[in-house]
Amino acid sequence: MADMTREETEALIQEVLEVYPEKAKKDRAKHLAVNDQSLEKANKCITSNRKSLPGVMTIRGCAYAGSKGVVWGPIKDMIHISHGPVGCGQYSRAGRRNYYVGTTGVNTFGTMNFTSDFTEKDIVFGGDKKLAKIIDEIEVLFPLNKGISIQSECPIGLIGDDIEAVSKVKAKEHEKTIVPVRCEGFRGVSQSLGHHIANDAIRDWVLENRDGDDSFPTTPYDVAVIGDYNIGGDAWASRTLLEEMGLRVVAQWSGDGTIAEIEKTPKVKLNLIHCYRSMNYIARHMEEKYSIPWIEYNFFGPTKIAESLRKIAAHFDETIQAGAERVIERYKAEYDAVIAKYRPRLEGKRVMLYVGGLRPRHVIGAYEDLGMEVVGTGYEFAHNDDYDRTIKEMGNATLLYDDVTGYEFEEFVKRVQPDLIGSGIKEKYIFQKMGVPFRQMHSWDYSGPYHGYDGFAIFARDMDMTINNPCWKNIKAPWKTQAASEAVKAVA
Amino acid sequence: MALRQCAIYGKGGIGKSTTTQNLVAGLAELGKKVMIVGCDPKADSTRLILHAKAQNSIMQMAADAGSVEDLELEDVLKVGYRDIKCVESGGPEPGVGCAGRGVITAINFLEEEGAYTDDLDFVFYDVLGDVVCGGFAMPIRENKAQEIYIVCSGEMMAMYAANNIAKGIVKYANSGGVRLAGLICNSRNTAREDELIMELASRLGSHMIHFVPRDNVVQRAEIRRMTVIEYEPTAKQAQEYRDLASKIISNKNLVIPTPISMDELEDLLMEFGIMEEVDESIVGKTAAAEASA
Repeated sequence: MADMTREETEALIQEVLEVYPEKAKKDRAKHLAVNDQSLEKANKCITSNRKSLPGVMTIRGCAYAGSKGVVWGPIKDMIHISHGPVGCGQYSRAGRRNYYVGTTGVNTFGTMNFTSDFTEKDIVFGGDKKLAKIIDEIEVLFPLNKGISIQSECPIGLIGDDIEAVSKVKAKEHEKTIVPVRCEGFRGVSQSLGHHIANDAIRDWVLENRDGDDSFPTTPYDVAVIGDYNIGGDAWASRTLLEEMGLRVVAQWSGDGTIAEIEKTPKVKLNLIHCYRSMNYIARHMEEKYSIPWIEYNFFGPTKIAESLRKIAAHFDETIQAGAERVIERYKAEYDAVIAKYRPRLEGKRVMLYVGGLRPRHVIGAYEDLGMEVVGTGYEFAHNDDYDRTIKEMGNATLLYDDVTGYEFEEFVKRVQPDLIGSGIKEKYIFQKMGVPFRQMHSWDYSGPYHGYDGFAIFARDMDMTINNPCWKNIKAPWKTQAASEAVKAVA
Repeated sequence: MALRQCAIYGKGGIGKSTTTQNLVAGLAELGKKVMIVGCDPKADSTRLILHAKAQNSIMQMAADAGSVEDLELEDVLKVGYRDIKCVESGGPEPGVGCAGRGVITAINFLEEEGAYTDDLDFVFYDVLGDVVCGGFAMPIRENKAQEIYIVCSGEMMAMYAANNIAKGIVKYANSGGVRLAGLICNSRNTAREDELIMELASRLGSHMIHFVPRDNVVQRAEIRRMTVIEYEPTAKQAQEYRDLASKIISNKNLVIPTPISMDELEDLLMEFGIMEEVDESIVGKTAAAEASA
């Protein structure tokens, strides 16, 4: 179906809102908008980072998910204790596909679940003694761990356990970094506050560890990759490009990352931010305290990659700038071939996205490189500054939906009829059953990487095999096809 | 006779546990079958009935055994003076964990294990200080205590607390069937104490069910971990508790209370000379400022 006009999109939003009770309608109306590229600030058209309405199917997570699942979890040589009842840790275990190198259970612990497994007696009598015991046991069983973080689940904040005191005592005793993180799930309106709390915990308990220690040799080309969680190997595909242009990547935050890398980050020359939403806080802190500038970049699709490489290079001398051009040139044949192969198969296809931190805007360029158009996008837990960055990327009169409800998303899809939806696991099967091709854009649907030139080739292949999969032709019951119904008429 | 469930509330240190155990002893003497459920982490609600220091509590035993599911009723239910059944919910030491959750867990356990047997006439919940959170309101939720007795005295803070508890009852009276059943005045020998508490009770829409005078025999019995009724049945004080017990048996005065405003309460206290009229001109003035004035 053809693109919708501004009036049509506005009418669609009104129609979808119609079923809500008055109060809910008023609230949800603020979160749904028609994109207008001429706006300077997103707050003119959309409200974000507000409490979800009771009774709707929101797709959001919690503060614990933001801290343990996103920021802390991928730091591979630390052990992250899910402190509280067993479910939070177990159901979030290894689900994000943060790849890492190491021997799990020996010197890395990324896919393991450590939990204090709270039961009723821990709630009533408090869990501090148990936590101390767990830390002692970890030191015996996994002596090669480089530190421990305590990821608070809801009850910890409710019963007032003093995890800071336990952390301090045990850190001294074991001579290790032990970080208490107050990321109780009930705090804030989404996982976003969890990112912030996790950033603050790194700032307060880790970042200063090597201040005043100059033993680490630095170069003028040291950078840190901030906000790449190495999902399906994303950070690796990005790192190679940076290194090929002559930069030295000192740290990866936090995919395949280590605590030592984090400690060394205050010594870099430039912080490179991929996921702005989840890690802008620490970048701003390092700018203020260590005078390290930071820039955002985007490694999805060759257009954005080239833009970003040049933007990064502009912060360095001619060697690096020439390096950036060399990298772009070196991979040109490769990504041109990808485009030549897939663009004809994907040209004109329309996409709707609904994801988390950076993807609702960052992947737009990659789709456009393949001749596709993103006609609707939205974030689970964005703030206004994310939408500020989104309105320029999206076409005029496209749909923006913040903290979209299950109902709204389905209704939008029914009307807009996209050729592809990119969203999460909870949305996947609903839309597939509606006959719409779907990619899981949180964990790349067990594929990846999607970052960098290597990732683009995989991204293009995945979109093609999803959209052009022959199964969609068979989604309609044979007796409901046009030909069948005409045949029935002919018989009658 | 159907089981009557009663909860005793009141300011901390007012004598809730002592009063409860003495009046329960009185009920038992009159042939009633009674169970006491201590809802205080200190677990001192049954010591006078059991002649014990502190009864092993449900939560402590559950923690030792692993979980509450590992416990049997007979592990936690003790029988004392005149077959009075005793249980203590127990809970954490001060400053850690969640005592309120302990009360909830313990009462759920008692229900699931069938502690509320048909032969019981009364269950008394002895609840710590104030209804500080949902856990300590557990005894007055639906299908639990219907009758609340507030222990108080003619002291200002005890009356403040009584009024606050009445507010708490109003909140739960609408969702469940809980009612204020009366004020028990545990005398501190202040002037016109009986009149004052009667007046407060009537303002709350209730009544002072009994005036328990102060008597040192209570302390003498307590040192021996006994109720007065058991220690010295002929003492005048023993008769007071018997009177309270029979008044509770025949009590039909169950109301949704009408708590009064702070101003009203202060007026009442001033009327009885407990509190002096506040001189607004001195509020917020330091001693130094007053001296220089």
